[in-house]
Amino acid sequence: MPRVPQVPVLHLGSSPTKLTVTPSKLSPTGLRFDGIDKRYGGLYALRRVTFEISAGECAVLSGRNGSGKTTLLRIAGQLVRPSAGKISFPGSSSDSSINARPGYVGHSTMVYDELTAEENLLLFARLQKVESPVARAEDLLREVGLYERRGSLVRTFSRGMRQRIAIARALIHRPSVLLLDEPATGLDPLGITWLANSLRELNSAGCTIVMSLHGESEISSLATRAVRLDAGNVIADTKTGASLHDILTFGAA
Amino acid sequence: MTKRIILGAVAILLVIAAAYAAFFIAPQERTMGLIQRIFYFHAATAWAGEMTFFVCFLANLLYVWKRQPKYDWLGVSSAEVGLACITVVLITGPIWAHPVWGIWWTWDARLTSTFVLWLLYVSYLLLRTLIEEPERRALLSALFGIFAFLDVPLVFFSIRWWRTQHPQPVIMGGSGSGLDPTMSKVFFFSVLAMHVLAAFLIVERYVLEKMNSEVDFLAREVEAQ
Amino acid sequence: MSLFSNTAVLLSKELRTEFRSRELLTTTVVFILVVLILFSFAISPTTEESREFGPGLLWLAILFAASLMLQPCFLREQSNDTLSSLRLAVSDPFSIFLAKLIANTLFLLLTELIMLPFFAIFYNVPVLPEFHWLILVLFLGSLGISVAGTALSAISAQARMRELLLPLLLLPLLTPVLVVSATVTVSLFDREPIVKGKGIAFLAVFDVVFLTALWLFGEYLLEE
Repeated sequence: MPRVPQVPVLHLGSSPTKLTVTPSKLSPTGLRFDGIDKRYGGLYALRRVTFEISAGECAVLSGRNGSGKTTLLRIAGQLVRPSAGKISFPGSSSDSSINARPGYVGHSTMVYDELTAEENLLLFARLQKVESPVARAEDLLREVGLYERRGSLVRTFSRGMRQRIAIARALIHRPSVLLLDEPATGLDPLGITWLANSLRELNSAGCTIVMSLHGESEISSLATRAVRLDAGNVIADTKTGASLHDILTFGAA
Repeated sequence: MTKRIILGAVAILLVIAAAYAAFFIAPQERTMGLIQRIFYFHAATAWAGEMTFFVCFLANLLYVWKRQPKYDWLGVSSAEVGLACITVVLITGPIWAHPVWGIWWTWDARLTSTFVLWLLYVSYLLLRTLIEEPERRALLSALFGIFAFLDVPLVFFSIRWWRTQHPQPVIMGGSGSGLDPTMSKVFFFSVLAMHVLAAFLIVERYVLEKMNSEVDFLAREVEAQ
Repeated sequence: MSLFSNTAVLLSKELRTEFRSRELLTTTVVFILVVLILFSFAISPTTEESREFGPGLLWLAILFAASLMLQPCFLREQSNDTLSSLRLAVSDPFSIFLAKLIANTLFLLLTELIMLPFFAIFYNVPVLPEFHWLILVLFLGSLGISVAGTALSAISAQARMRELLLPLLLLPLLTPVLVVSATVTVSLFDREPIVKGKGIAFLAVFDVVFLTALWLFGEYLLEE
């Protein structure tokens, strides 16, 4: 009889001895874009983008390739400076320290192939002055189901495992806002299910999620809010009446 | 537009006047003869070159601080004009040296340092051709320009020290060292002329760069449609 | 202070990565060896000439090797976009540079120390007298090369033809280091060795100037 593989699920708050994300530790934080412009030479990647995502929402950014989703997320992640306008995080505890920064999951894993999973998480935990970095790194590895492979170089990881270490790195400092750029790319159905479950758990623990996606999927079904970009402009928003389905499948044949 | 024309006319007139002064007004130098008159041109261009590199440095600093394209345009314009000045210095040097001392090149302190300066600013311009995106190009070349300018005094000091360790005849004598009063006047007039010429060239190059940049902007907008 | 603790954490990462594979160190050592041997084929120096020209050739070889060794410095942060995760994680972007330049200085010094016996043998140069001064010169020179090289490597990583660009940007900039280090080293290998304090002081000044420039402008080098 075929053995059904266990899908590792990100359990938050389910372990009786240790809670890695407790709602009280996360001050509910939103994300606000005010008149964001981004110009590259003559090209406007983003044009007067203004909208706000409320604390606790799970928001999807939808749009064709080149519509500006990645740029907007990188601006929100404070990796790119906008040409005009500003971002803010309403509700965040007002210290501007590292912990107030959103977590960011990009197209690449953003971890070192030549280091082990454990070494990578320890590196980022120590840099961000996380309390008890060793314990925190171990916890996260367990949470994402990579504990057994903690001593392996990330170079040896499969695509699904790479996604998991990428997410673990983004969560290491317990961010109140998590940004993900097309997180489902390259994942097989099991991986997508894992991702959907994990994001659901994070969101119910109070983490605001903003992710860019293509089309409808198991992950987009988590969305409580969606915004559509086209050529750098916001053209639809569920807040102003558009339907989630329309935003996700706009113009798709 | 008219201001530019006036500047250009003044520059050309000054240069012609300075050339006349160098050939006909300045007295003949005792030992070196006619060829020495190239000194007015050579040294004056060197001073103008140094000034334009300082302008480039200021433009680079201003760009990093303010991020306005006009500082990038000024930076590249002054770097190119500076490079042209330095090239003239490096060419007139040997032209002067050969009839007088019988050699084309000598690794004397000033000439060597000037050559390194030339290499640095060639690298600056080369760097610019290798970055396509205009804002990246402006920022990265401004930063390199800053490092290069900070290096310039270090280059001059180190090479001068190096040459004192290996005693050699000082060939390209001090500019303005022990000049007879008429010669001094001609020299400073040449300096003025070269500075005005350099300023004119920078302005023209700046205008060209501005137009280039605007065309590029429009081209990118069209491409994006 | 968090700059120093971040730098320490990043430095340990740089060292760990390199000592795991040792690819940078081995290729750099072999490269300098090859260059020095080729120089001696090309010039065939007599013993007296070796003493005079050897140090210049040594420093030249170090410069060439460094301009190759410094290429991966920021390039390797591009493959998985780890530069972004570092920028997000550190409070002061200067710690990224500080860690890299300290690591690069250590790698260069290590390479030079490994090379020294070979250099002494092939060029018949006495390196032992005034050894502590020699180490100081090697250190100050390598530090200068690293500081400038790390900064320029961040620039060239963002341009085309980066393999050719880095040496092109770096070598003219490092002329002062080449000239002064070679001169000081020559007099250390002399029959009656002299310590040229002025030269050593100059190297220290060079290092301070560029460290300060990197501290002031580093964050702009990392901007996206």
